[in-house]
Amino acid sequence: MNFKKILPQFLTILAVILVFGFFTYNAQVNMENRGITFGYGFLSQESSFDVQFSLIEYDGSHSYFRAYLVGLLNTILVSVIGIIFATVIGVVVGIARLSKNYLIERTAAVYVEFFRNIPLLLQIFFWYFAALRALPLPQKAEPIFGVFFLTIKGLFVPAFIWNNLDIFIYSIIAAIISIIFVRIYARKKQESEGKQTPVLYISIGLLLILPLLSFIIGGSSFSIEIPVIKQLSNTSFTYEGGIGLPPELIALALALSLYTATFIAECVRAGVQGIGKGQKEAAASIGLTPNQVLKLVVMPQALRIIIPPTTNQYLNLTKNSSLAAAIAYPDLVLVFAGTALMQTGRAIEIVSITMLTYLSLSITISIFMNWYNKKIAIKEK
Amino acid sequence: MFKLIKQLTSVVAMFAVLFTFTTETMAAGKSKTLKNTTKKGFVRCGVSQGLPGFSNADAAGNWTGVDVDVCRAVAAAVLGDASKVKFTPLSAKERFTALTSNEIDILSRNTTWTLSRDADIGLTFVGVNFYDGQGFMVRKNSGISSVNDFKDGVSACTNLGTTTELNMRDFFNSKGIKYEPVTFEKADEVVAAYDAGRCDTYTTDKSGLAAQRIKLSNPDDHIVLPETISKEPLGPVVRQGDSVWEDIVRWSLNVMIEAEEYGVNSSNADSMKTSDNPAVKRLVGAEGELGAALGLDNDWSLRIIKQVGNYGESYKRNIADTGILPDRGPNELWTKGGILYVPPAR
Repeated sequence: MNFKKILPQFLTILAVILVFGFFTYNAQVNMENRGITFGYGFLSQESSFDVQFSLIEYDGSHSYFRAYLVGLLNTILVSVIGIIFATVIGVVVGIARLSKNYLIERTAAVYVEFFRNIPLLLQIFFWYFAALRALPLPQKAEPIFGVFFLTIKGLFVPAFIWNNLDIFIYSIIAAIISIIFVRIYARKKQESEGKQTPVLYISIGLLLILPLLSFIIGGSSFSIEIPVIKQLSNTSFTYEGGIGLPPELIALALALSLYTATFIAECVRAGVQGIGKGQKEAAASIGLTPNQVLKLVVMPQALRIIIPPTTNQYLNLTKNSSLAAAIAYPDLVLVFAGTALMQTGRAIEIVSITMLTYLSLSITISIFMNWYNKKIAIKEK
Repeated sequence: MFKLIKQLTSVVAMFAVLFTFTTETMAAGKSKTLKNTTKKGFVRCGVSQGLPGFSNADAAGNWTGVDVDVCRAVAAAVLGDASKVKFTPLSAKERFTALTSNEIDILSRNTTWTLSRDADIGLTFVGVNFYDGQGFMVRKNSGISSVNDFKDGVSACTNLGTTTELNMRDFFNSKGIKYEPVTFEKADEVVAAYDAGRCDTYTTDKSGLAAQRIKLSNPDDHIVLPETISKEPLGPVVRQGDSVWEDIVRWSLNVMIEAEEYGVNSSNADSMKTSDNPAVKRLVGAEGELGAALGLDNDWSLRIIKQVGNYGESYKRNIADTGILPDRGPNELWTKGGILYVPPAR
């Protein structure tokens, strides 16, 4: 009896090992025949290529591992920007889809149907090359608010140069901690006395006052470095100083957020529509205001429906960011699985590292979203 | 029990040794690639995704170019018909993997011969069919007339996964210029981005610049700077470990160059069989047993010359007459002031 149970398991494991072993052996034999060596030692070698845009200090004299980090951070950057914007746009459009105003509802519907039915790569090309054609040359750019310059060579924004930045950061941490205490106090007060505290206003106040104190008493200060135009030749210009965001990043983030937002919008719509009408009516009947109905009754239940499919969209966005290579945004695929792979020729090593990295990124997002989902799930008492 | 395991291991090890030994000797005895090519009836050739003059497909899907002609020469030599080639367009990034993973048998895709590529990643370069060097293209009205006019902050568009990326860094570093590299996976996107004004300069091999310039909206508004910042010997590549195939590809290319040297071309090849010069007679298969040494028949080289032409014809047809690089520069025969010099076919 026991043997019957174990046999299929054993056979499955054996099959997995055999298949895996065959591929490993096959790769080994073929690589040996062709004189290809295998190893991860190249990661510490000097990369000798530069990258256009990097969040950490990097140039060609650093190692391939450093180049890997540059690519990874750029992938994370565009994914985070994409996720934030996709969520904001998605929620707004999703709610607009439920609007009783015909025009708003139709506009949102057209947006969703249009953007989710065109392949993402085409959208990326469109935004990139359309932007390149439409944006002005650096010397012709009109300043936005006097300090931002949106040009064909990228968005140039002022940089903050800080004095005593640490004190400012401490003040923000202090503000966040006190907000947590205020919230705990407010909840206790409501449970014991039934009185509500305006937590939101207090929080905003704390977030404003404490950092302000760091300037007045703590000695924090900053100056702003505004980008300045610089002539490179008779007809070509660029900006110096400040922070330059490459147009590739902007186009990619734009395309990713507009595309993913359509799916998130549908998740939001499904979530809100999934709440029975009776819930709202019951909430209204006990005297809750429309805002309270939304905040305390509809949203907590809707979120349970919204979160799992939205997690999928976040994962998709992160993975889709690998299309960056098409428009020269130096993400993990372009820097590491592109240039580094080419220069070293270590296809198996680099592709395996890249795959593992995307896997870890996706799993991290998954774990976080699952944690959040559990937090808001119905707690059986 | 322990003894049994030990015995088993030794048996397995013996088999493993035996197996590797047999595969080794088989590969040495006969070329796997040659056998497969004859069986399939076509040569599998990796080319670029469209580089006029080197490998470019027309609207009907016919490939032309000097790189394409190398594959055609091999097809003529091995299969007797220069048209029996299957072309696979590859990006710079994909090319070596396609070759090492057996997707193609020759990589003839304006690929620079370097030590690390030759020695480290299972490739063998068989020769040079174009001597090139990296250059820069800029807008004419920028007033830049030399690489010394570049300033800090210059943005340079180029292709991903090429020696260009490395040369560019070496060059700008040696000049102490800060630059912004913008690297695209496909050449068409590089051209589009440079054309739109994203970059101040477009850098790649000079032949590539000359060829891609045609694709710009106003080719006459752009110039290629005179300086050459690197050596780029471009040539066909094969997989490491099949020396017979390697020889066939190497000598198919060499025969084209040597034919030009001896004045043998596609129209006079047949009549050269009765030439007084033994070197010419060897070249058209009227003397010697050169084909047998490569495992081919003795007309292999005659077919190359008749069907594809000599190197000069190929250059004229693909690069000079198309207006890409009318001047042959270093790609002239050594007897005429260039550096094309191949070992004798004898």
